[in-house]
Amino acid sequence: MALWGMVIDLDRCTGCQACVMACKAENNVPAVGAGEAVRGRIISWMQVLTEEEEGHPGEIKRFMPRPCLHCDDPPCTKVCPVYATYRNPEGIVTQIYARCIGCRFCMAACPYNAKYFNWRRYQKEAPGQNPDVSVRPKGVVEKCTFCHHRLQKARDRARVEGRELAPGEYITACAEACPARAIVFGDLSDPGSDVARLARSPRAFRLQEELGTKPKVIYLTEGEGHGRA
Amino acid sequence: MAAREPGGRDAALFAPIELTGRGFYGVVAILFLFILWGGVAYWVQFEEGLGVTGLHQPVSWGFYVTNFVFFIGISHAGTLISAILRLSKAEWRRPVTRMAEVITVMVLFIGAGQILVDLGRPDRMMNIIRYGRYQSPLLWDATSISAYLTASIVYLYLPMIPDIAILRDRLQKRKLFYTVLALGWTGSERQQRVLNRAIAVMAILVIPIAVSVHSVVSFVFSMTLQPMWHSTIFGPYFVVGAIFSGIAALIVAMIIFRKAYGLQGYLKPIHFRYLGQLLLIMSLLWFYFTFAEYLTGYYGGTPEEMKVFWAKFTGPFWPFFWGMALTNFVIPILCLVRLGRHTIAKVLTASLSVLVGMWLERFIIVVPTLSNPRLPFGEGIYWPTWVEWGELAGSFALFALFYLLFTKFFPVISIWEIREGREVGLKEVEERLLTYLPDGSEAELAETGRRW
Repeated sequence: MALWGMVIDLDRCTGCQACVMACKAENNVPAVGAGEAVRGRIISWMQVLTEEEEGHPGEIKRFMPRPCLHCDDPPCTKVCPVYATYRNPEGIVTQIYARCIGCRFCMAACPYNAKYFNWRRYQKEAPGQNPDVSVRPKGVVEKCTFCHHRLQKARDRARVEGRELAPGEYITACAEACPARAIVFGDLSDPGSDVARLARSPRAFRLQEELGTKPKVIYLTEGEGHGRA
Repeated sequence: MAAREPGGRDAALFAPIELTGRGFYGVVAILFLFILWGGVAYWVQFEEGLGVTGLHQPVSWGFYVTNFVFFIGISHAGTLISAILRLSKAEWRRPVTRMAEVITVMVLFIGAGQILVDLGRPDRMMNIIRYGRYQSPLLWDATSISAYLTASIVYLYLPMIPDIAILRDRLQKRKLFYTVLALGWTGSERQQRVLNRAIAVMAILVIPIAVSVHSVVSFVFSMTLQPMWHSTIFGPYFVVGAIFSGIAALIVAMIIFRKAYGLQGYLKPIHFRYLGQLLLIMSLLWFYFTFAEYLTGYYGGTPEEMKVFWAKFTGPFWPFFWGMALTNFVIPILCLVRLGRHTIAKVLTASLSVLVGMWLERFIIVVPTLSNPRLPFGEGIYWPTWVEWGELAGSFALFALFYLLFTKFFPVISIWEIREGREVGLKEVEERLLTYLPDGSEAELAETGRRW
């Protein structure tokens, strides 16, 4: 069975936010409005974090795109009292919006703050939205799903055409949109895939690896590779 | 004063049930105003979503979770303290236990209600039963708290049966109500034996349940990997804090009803001195746990822990942290070391201070960790809105109202236990005391002495 994962090359990332916008459009992530944004309620499944140079405030040292890391041992799923978030057999950590009771325990437990809450009803179903992704109601938690609907679609297509899912047929919107090709998506369990090869690079590291969460989003360190793996 | 009115011995204990004055309605009216505030706040929140609170990313838990931990903590006043006093045969418990047990039952409803207020989708509350996942500490909470609520209601009700029977025979009103609840109590020897046995069993049963309740409340935090939450001492630390705040709440309730219902004859300074000493011990124990917890974090000095640590000590949360140290440790110690004179005033000051302090303690555990995420997000500052203040005020008022209504239906001091103390207790204590002492003659004692 496939094990979906992602490699993000920090050397290639320019901080352009194309991944963020592609994600928002693909997944019907609501714009919360200026007032809510000031209150710290922006929803952004993919978020480009910035680190400032120490002692030089305002000088940005590093960009770090952060989707949900789809941990293999996720701290968020364990604490959900109603199985509204769980790791599926292919390694994707999913949310069941229709079941979530909005206790926000998973948000408190996630060490990467990858989960977002619908503090209000931010949007209704409207034309222009992606019909493959459900619009979330108020009061539930949402997060990056690795564009799971794309997997379902690709798999359906393959089934109709009577063949196996081909590598590269399913990739996420952020990986597709990245102009610097910093984001590579694929099957980590296939040793020949790009993503598996990059994950074995000496530059590869995982965020907060010491917590034992085993993220399936793997970063390549900055400043050594000059964009090569 | 009620105590001077005719009606025989212990008239003061019947007075609140028999007569209702203007003061009662005044208090109820004020409480209703606060409850209305809470109700309107909840209605707005239900309609608009949790966006009307001050919560945000990353501080996704705030007042409501703080209140939850705080109120569940208060519940340890009762049943636990009353059970320990009963089992240790502390004779001074007689006018205290009922008040303590009532606190537990009433405050548990309020505490559990905080979770409902906190849910983004209260309409899906039953999912916890339909799809419950036992790996989640929230399910442990649900289990433990419902067990505690059930046990506490039974433990409150059992010792009330003889009192309800007294009311059934004495009062003209609510005949049916008391007759049903009295379960045909006649006070026969067999009934008394069964009752005492049942109370003893419940007293033993309720202690481990009470300990489990606040342990699993702490596990909600300590089972995560978050800095300054992921701590092995959280279970006992929370239990100690719970008993600490519980005693304080008990003392405040006792002083209020002593004044309002003229119970000075029953609740004497000696009771407050003993409870004050208990509070002093808990204050020291709480300080020890706090010290151990923060020293361990500080000494290890991992960057994530230190970020939260300094946010509490010198950062944006310093007024809360040092306020907590002042109200939970400095003020109680100053008030309680010498209780010779002005006992009640000192004990009351210490208790009110501890109630504030323990609420701050819960707040200082919940919020700073969330507002200092591990990854570079910038610090999240949290300010509650009128909605959260409304829920806080409403919760306290609802608790007070429940308690007040209870005192209008049932005696707030166990009448039969007081009578038992007068009639049987004195003799029993004397006999018990004699069994503690060495028996036999002087010569025999001298003999043993020589053998050594």
